[in-house]
Amino acid sequence: MSNDRETLRVALFATCLIDALFPDAGRATVQLLERLGQRVEFPLEQTCCGQMHANSGYFEVELVGRYVDVFSRYDAVVVPSASCAASIHHQHPMIARAAGDEALAVRAESVGSKTYELSQFLIDVLGTDDVGAYFPHRVTYHPTCHSVRLLGVGDRPLRLLRNVRGIDLVELPRWDECCGFGGTFAIKNPDTSAAMLADKMDAVIDTGAEVLCAGDRSCLMHIGGGLERIRAGVRTLHLVEILASTEDEYRPDRAPARSQPGAAPARSQRGAAPAATEEPPG
Amino acid sequence: MSSGETIWTDDPPFPANAKRAVNNAQLRRNIRKATTTIRERRANLVGEMPDWQELRTSGAAIKDEVLRNLDRYLEQFEAAATGRGAQVHWARDADEANSIVASLVAATGETEVIKVKSMATQEIGLVRALAERGIAAYETDLAELIIQLGHDRPSHIVVPAIHKNRAEIREIFLKEMNDAPADLSDDPQALAEAARQHLRRKFFEAKVAISGANFAIAETGSLLVAESEGNGRMCLTLPDTLISVVGIEKLLPTFRDLEVFLQLLPRSSTGERMNPYNSVWTGVTPGDGPQNVHVILLDNGRTNVLRDEVGRQALRCIRCAACLNVCPVYERTGGHAYGATYPGPIGAVLTPQLVGVEHASELPFASSLCGYCYEVCPVKIDIPTVLVKLRHDAVRTGRHPVEGALFGAAGAAMKGRRRWTRALRLAPLMRFARRGGPPPLSRWTSVRNLPEPPDQSFRDWWVRQHESAREVIRERKRQ
Ligand code: SF4
Repeated sequence: MSNDRETLRVALFATCLIDALFPDAGRATVQLLERLGQRVEFPLEQTCCGQMHANSGYFEVELVGRYVDVFSRYDAVVVPSASCAASIHHQHPMIARAAGDEALAVRAESVGSKTYELSQFLIDVLGTDDVGAYFPHRVTYHPTCHSVRLLGVGDRPLRLLRNVRGIDLVELPRWDECCGFGGTFAIKNPDTSAAMLADKMDAVIDTGAEVLCAGDRSCLMHIGGGLERIRAGVRTLHLVEILASTEDEYRPDRAPARSQPGAAPARSQRGAAPAATEEPPG
Repeated sequence: MSSGETIWTDDPPFPANAKRAVNNAQLRRNIRKATTTIRERRANLVGEMPDWQELRTSGAAIKDEVLRNLDRYLEQFEAAATGRGAQVHWARDADEANSIVASLVAATGETEVIKVKSMATQEIGLVRALAERGIAAYETDLAELIIQLGHDRPSHIVVPAIHKNRAEIREIFLKEMNDAPADLSDDPQALAEAARQHLRRKFFEAKVAISGANFAIAETGSLLVAESEGNGRMCLTLPDTLISVVGIEKLLPTFRDLEVFLQLLPRSSTGERMNPYNSVWTGVTPGDGPQNVHVILLDNGRTNVLRDEVGRQALRCIRCAACLNVCPVYERTGGHAYGATYPGPIGAVLTPQLVGVEHASELPFASSLCGYCYEVCPVKIDIPTVLVKLRHDAVRTGRHPVEGALFGAAGAAMKGRRRWTRALRLAPLMRFARRGGPPPLSRWTSVRNLPEPPDQSFRDWWVRQHESAREVIRERKRQ
């Protein structure tokens, strides 16, 4: 693998949510992959995989076509979101077929087969479960439903976390229970969603962790928004933000600063400038 | 549409029903306690099976074979059962099925019948239909008896009274069961004994019993009922006349196929290695058991389900309720919120297909799509995928114009790089609605903050990084 590895053409699909609201997770992905020797490209034509639409009943075949067009020329696409990766694998071909576009369905299957959720890319493609991270905090990990049940990432994220230096990793009680996010479920069935959220927050608080992490920023937005509302004193970080932290760069004051949304750029301005392969908009 | 009681009100309002249920502390506790127990029992028993995944695959394959060749298997069943002395009737819908049962009972001259627990008869609203024709049907399954005495509705496929605790059951017995002992305690043994005494007279006096079936064997014309209490077996063996209402999807090709399903069903449903009672009968056995055996093959919307390539897998269902027991939504809302005979994840995919999605348009959305149901389903019904498909059907009925417009706008912004880049620059506006805002935003902010928006989107950061990188290169070249 190591020979291919150097010549792999890797693209980042940041997902619409990270692009719009959680750029820290996107920057951390770039940083981590570059630290591991990958040159990452971010094709600016990308927007959204259409999962939120599809799960609400709106099949946006144009977004499927867009994803396929933008990413078909890469050897690997890395997605820091298990639910988007699962949607790309399973829903894209289905949406194309529902629209009667078999050719697109076949292309979607092919691009899907080289689309990797972050932990799968690190372990299955790069062949490492120790990314040399350092994160001296008490952390608990919520295995999101789509990462475990739809995508089958198994214990990959935990293997990566266990190898983080300084981490105090505690198991989340009743970890296999859904947090109640479910995309527009949180809006359409607010009472049921809130009841599920309350139980998830209980479990998180029970661990005494200061950080809750997961491979899906969307679920974290829901749980984190609830934790913030009740002033639980637990912050949420995407798994990749923990994996991107290193002892070298680590300053005890930085992690809290990053959790203050809006104060984030500190982290991004370190690190090498990304590979200038993509023309910025003119 | 003639659906009997498949749905209880047209287009059951799940979100509103769920809101009421979520705030009912006693209901929440009862259901959490019961589902957690069954869930653990199931997990332990499934864990001891090394070939569980292979069994699931076989179960799904056998059911798919039946569904692909349903016409042939139905006729094979009819011929075999008729050959063994049963009379086979065909019912297109609930009304037809109810009329057939009523006339068969009327022909015996009886006005009282006993009933084995059955989902098909719930679905067609048989008990009520018989009552309207002057025939009293008595439920003999303990939990169904509790529901019937309490003038209630079942809320679970296997454990219909799961929403009741023993104190509530004791009260129902004392109030509604004329022969309940005055000093009845809420000890489960005592409650079961009181019900047994109450039912005993009915078992010995009844001349007609009505049942469903878990499986119908095409090869032999046999029916099978699986149960835990033995009350079903009393009904199936003591009366002279036995009438069974059987959904057309209950067929299995051969007797041998039971090998797979009698492993899958008990472990998935009650968390037992075997059902305490498996009763199998084939037509009439002269001089032994019911001499007057009828089978009513019920469609009631099933052939419509068969037409849908994605949705038809719901007809594999063996009604084990494993999907209910693990469902995080069901655990918090209970079964009544679904407003239909089939609650939980299977109800959310089956009900809209049986009655038409326009008559149950909220049900496909009654799920967070966590996928736990699919993971446990013994016949591998991909419930989340069917839900998404049904949501697609539901939004096409045009009932949610505002939502449709919002998704349309978001979709449009996502279809061009410039539009999307500009749209993301509006994110900072979110700062003003982090804890409030108008509906539907308020449904989010009522219990959770929106995130503090970043100063720039990821792509703006990326582009800036590029620009500075290119400047550095240009600078170096100049030097
Ligand atoms: S859908 Fe599957 S898990 Fe649910 S009741 Fe039917 S067979 Fe059981």
